[in-house]
Amino acid sequence: MLGFILRRLLIIIPMALLVVSVTWALIRIAPGSFYSNEKTLPPAIEANIKRKYGLDKPWYQQYFLMISNVVRGDFGDSLKYQGESVNDIIKRHLPYSATIGALAYLVALMVGLSAGIVASIRQNSGFDYGSMATAMLGLSVPNFVLGPILVLVFALGVYWLPPARWGGMSNLILPVLTLAAIYMAYIARLTRAGMLEVMRSDYIRTARAKGLSETSVLLRHGIRGGLIPVVSYTGPALAGLLAGTVVVEKVFAIPGLGNIFIQSVLNRDEPLTLGIVAFLSILIMVFNLIVDISYGILDPRIRYD
Amino acid sequence: MAEEVRQLKGTSLWRDAWKRLLKNRLSVIGLILLVFMIIAVTIGPFIILKTTGFTADYVPSQVDEGDLVNSFPPSFQHPMGTDEAGRDLLARVLQGGRISLLVGIISTIVSLIVGVSYGAIAGYFGGRIDNIMMRIVDVFYAIPYILIVIVLLSVFGGPNAPDFITALSERIGGAGNQGMSQIFLLFFALGLVSWLTMARVVRGQVLSLKNEEFVLAARASGVSTFGIIFRHLVPNVLGPVIVYATLTVPSVMLTEAFLSFLGLGVQAPYASWGSLAADGIKNISIFPWQLIFPSVTMALTLFSLNFLGDGLRDALDPQTRKF
Amino acid sequence: MDKNGSILSVNDLKTYFQTEDGMVKAVDGISFKLEKGETLGIVGESGSGKSVTNLSVMRLIPEPPGKIVGGEIIFDGVDVRKLSIDEVRKIRGRRIAMIFQDPMTSLNPFLKISTQLMEVTRLHLGHTKEQAYQHAIKMLKTVGIPDPESRINNYPHEFSGGMRQRVMIAMALSCDPELLIADEPTTALDVTIQAQILELIKDLKARMGTSVILITHDLGVVAGMTEKIIVMYAGKVFEQARTKELFASPANPYTKGLLKSVPDPAHEQGKELYQIPGLPPDVAHLPVGCPFQERCYRVEDICRREFPPFVQINEGHHSLCHFAKEVYAESNATTLEEQI
Repeated sequence: MLGFILRRLLIIIPMALLVVSVTWALIRIAPGSFYSNEKTLPPAIEANIKRKYGLDKPWYQQYFLMISNVVRGDFGDSLKYQGESVNDIIKRHLPYSATIGALAYLVALMVGLSAGIVASIRQNSGFDYGSMATAMLGLSVPNFVLGPILVLVFALGVYWLPPARWGGMSNLILPVLTLAAIYMAYIARLTRAGMLEVMRSDYIRTARAKGLSETSVLLRHGIRGGLIPVVSYTGPALAGLLAGTVVVEKVFAIPGLGNIFIQSVLNRDEPLTLGIVAFLSILIMVFNLIVDISYGILDPRIRYD
Repeated sequence: MAEEVRQLKGTSLWRDAWKRLLKNRLSVIGLILLVFMIIAVTIGPFIILKTTGFTADYVPSQVDEGDLVNSFPPSFQHPMGTDEAGRDLLARVLQGGRISLLVGIISTIVSLIVGVSYGAIAGYFGGRIDNIMMRIVDVFYAIPYILIVIVLLSVFGGPNAPDFITALSERIGGAGNQGMSQIFLLFFALGLVSWLTMARVVRGQVLSLKNEEFVLAARASGVSTFGIIFRHLVPNVLGPVIVYATLTVPSVMLTEAFLSFLGLGVQAPYASWGSLAADGIKNISIFPWQLIFPSVTMALTLFSLNFLGDGLRDALDPQTRKF
Repeated sequence: MDKNGSILSVNDLKTYFQTEDGMVKAVDGISFKLEKGETLGIVGESGSGKSVTNLSVMRLIPEPPGKIVGGEIIFDGVDVRKLSIDEVRKIRGRRIAMIFQDPMTSLNPFLKISTQLMEVTRLHLGHTKEQAYQHAIKMLKTVGIPDPESRINNYPHEFSGGMRQRVMIAMALSCDPELLIADEPTTALDVTIQAQILELIKDLKARMGTSVILITHDLGVVAGMTEKIIVMYAGKVFEQARTKELFASPANPYTKGLLKSVPDPAHEQGKELYQIPGLPPDVAHLPVGCPFQERCYRVEDICRREFPPFVQINEGHHSLCHFAKEVYAESNATTLEEQI
C-alpha cells in the first residue's frame, strides 16, 4: 500500500507540469495576446512590451524558462494585477472557494446519504418517490438558474437571507445550497441504488439468518458495501465542484478563485492562468489519491501493490 | 453459425428489455416527452414561421430603436412573451432547443465513437496494449478537464477558431459564420469530456465478454479481428453503452449551459437554452419569463432524458429482477 | 419437543411469489416431520422449491414478492408462523441455524470473520467481546481451520472455498442450535472438499446432537448422511421414505430417474450416463395433471388429465403418483436398468 501511495505522489508533479505545458501551448498557439485584445498597438510599443516579458525569444526558450520557474513553484507576477505575485493572488482568493466547496460537498453528503438510505429502506413509498423526484429536479436544473431563483425567493422575496457577497454564516447558505444541489441529487440516487443492491446480497440474508435486527443488518453489514459507489463518485464530483464554484461565485459576487480564473483566461493573463491550473490539478490529483485510499480501506478485497 | 448465435441472443434481449421499459411508467413519460420535444424543435420553428411569420430573429416592426421596454409578458400573440429586443420568445426557445439538443446529441456521439472504439480495442487485446491504453485513460482522468475546456473555448472561440473548424462550419452554415464554428468547436470540446468513462465501461464489458463462446465460434469461423471487435463484441456491449449515452446527453447539455453562462458557449446569432437562460438572469425580477421559459423547457427535457436513461438501465440490466 | 419427539413439523406449507410472469407457487402444500437427532434430506432439481421451503422455516422469505400463504411450521411445539418477528429473530442463529450454498457470497466480504463469528454469540448468548472471541477460536478449531488464532482476523476472501464453508459451519453452530439447515452446502465446492465438509457435518452432528436438514440436488450426497429423504418436484413432495427404502424400492418415476442419474462406476462402464430427459417445469405455468408428465418414462393419459394422488406405500413411505404401487412393485422385482 505504501508503495502505491508513493508512486501516486511522485507522479503528481510531472502530471501537473504536463497540464501546465498543455495549457501554455493552448494559450500560445491561439492568436491574440494579453496586451492587444481589441486594438493593435504601434510597433515600437509592442516591441517594448515583448522585450519586457521575454516574448521576443524563440518559443522553446520561453517554454524552458517557464517550466524551470514553475518547477520551483515560481509562477511570477500576474500580468493584469501589476506587482502581485500569482502565488499571493491564489492564497488570497482560495479560502472563499475552498469554504464554499467543502461546505457544499459536506451538505451534499449528509443530505444525500440520509435520503438515499431512507429511500432504499422504504422502497416505493411516498418518501421514496418524493425524494427521488426532487433529486431528478436537482439534476435537471442548471446551477446558474437555481442560484438566482433561490435569491429571488429567499432574499428578495422573503428577506430571509442576504442575496450576495461574503459576510457571516447567513451569506453562505444560498451559495452553498446552490452548489450542493446537484451533488445532493446524485449522491441520493447513488446511495439508494447501492443500498438496494447490497441489501439483496447473500451475505445480508446470512446476517438476517443469524437473528440480527434489521437495524444491525443495515448499519453493520449493509452500509459498507452501499457506500462504495458514493466514495468512487467523489473523484468526478470534485471536478464538477470546480466548475460549480465558478458559477456560484459569479452569481453571488464572491471573490473566489473561480472568478479569478475566468478573468485570467479572458485577459490572457498567462502566469495567473498557469498558476491556477497547476494548483487545481495538484489539488484534484491529491484528492483522487485520498479517494482511492479510502476505497482500499473500505473494501478489504482491494490490494494495491 | 456465429451470426445465428449473435442474432438469437440479440432479439430476445432487446425485445425483453423493450417490454420491461414500457412497463416503467416514468420512463415511458420521459420517452414521450423527449420525442415531443424533438418534434417540437424540429418542425416548430417552421410552423411558427408559416402561421405568424415570426422567426427567432424577427423583431416586430412596432418595436422602435428608442423604445425602453421591448420585452412583454406572455400573451396570445406571443405565448412565451418577448425578449429584450422584442423577439418572440417561443420561437427563440424552439430554435434554442435545436441547438441544445444538437450539441448534446452530437457531442455524445463523438464521445461514443471515441470511447467505444478505444475501450473495445483495449479490452479485446488485453495484456500490454490494454495496460498502456488504460494508463493513458488514468492520466487523462487526473486532468481538470473543465479548466482546459474553458481555456480551449475562450482561446479558440469566435474569431480565433482553427481553420479546419471554420472550413467545416462554412461547408454547412455558409461563409463567415462564427456562431456555427463555435458550435462545432463545442461538439469537439464537449465530446472530449465524456469519452473516458465510456471507454472504461466498454473495456470492462469487452474483457468479460471476450472469453464467451460466441467469440470463440466467430474466431473459429475465421472472422477477422476487426470483424470480431466491431461486428460481434460491440453489439453485445450496446446495452450499458446506450444507458450511459442516454445519461451523458443531459450532462453534456448542462455543461454547455454552464459554458454559455460564462459567455464561452453558443454565440449570437445562435442561441441555446443555456444561453437564453443566462441572458434571462439579468432581468429576473422585472421580466421573469425570459428566464423561466427556457429554463423550464430545458429542465423538462433533461428530466425526460434522465428518466429514460434510468428506465433503460433497469430494463437492460437483468439483475434488477424483483427477487 | 412435541408429540412423537419431532423437533420440526411442517404441515401443508404454501409459499407463493408474485412475479412479472405471474404467481409462482414455489412451495405448494409440503408436509414433513423431523425427529430430534435425525438428518432429513430434501432432494430436488433447481426450481423444485427446496430452498424456499427452508427459508420459509426461518421466515426469511422476502416479503414482497414472496409470502407464506398457508400451513404450519411447528418448531418444538410452537408454530413459527404465529410468532412476532422479534421472537423469530431470537430463534434464528440460536435454535435454528442455516448454512448456504455459496460461501463466497454468503459471508460479508467487508468484515473480518472474527466480527462475523462474534456477533452471533454476543447477540444470543450475551458474551462479552473477550468471551465471544475465545469461543469463536474454539469453533474454528472444531471445524478444522488450522491456526485459528491468527486466521480469525482474516477476511473471507483470504480463505479457500472449502475453508469458507467451514467458517460458515462454525458460525452456524456457535450457539449450539437444535436444528441445522444446510442448503446445498457442497454444491459450490470441489468433489474432494465436498466429502470433507459432509464428514464434518456428520461428525459435528454426532457430537452435538443437532438435528439436520440437508438440501441438495445430488442423491449421492444424501445416501450416506440421512435417515429420511423427501423428494421435491414443482413445489410438491413427490416421494418421502426412509433413506434405505428410497434407494432400494422407490415408488415414484421421478425418484427412479434421479437414482439412475447417479453415476455408478461399477455398473455402467462403457454405457452412456443417464439423465432425466427434458427440463424442470416453469413453476409459473404448470400444465394440467402431473407436473412430471413431459419427462416421465411411464406417462399415461390419466397423468395428463388428473393431478397424481397421495399414495401411502407403508409406514413412513408415501408417493405422489397415479402408479405408485406399480412402480414400487417393479422396484422390488428388478434392477433399475430394466425399468427405465
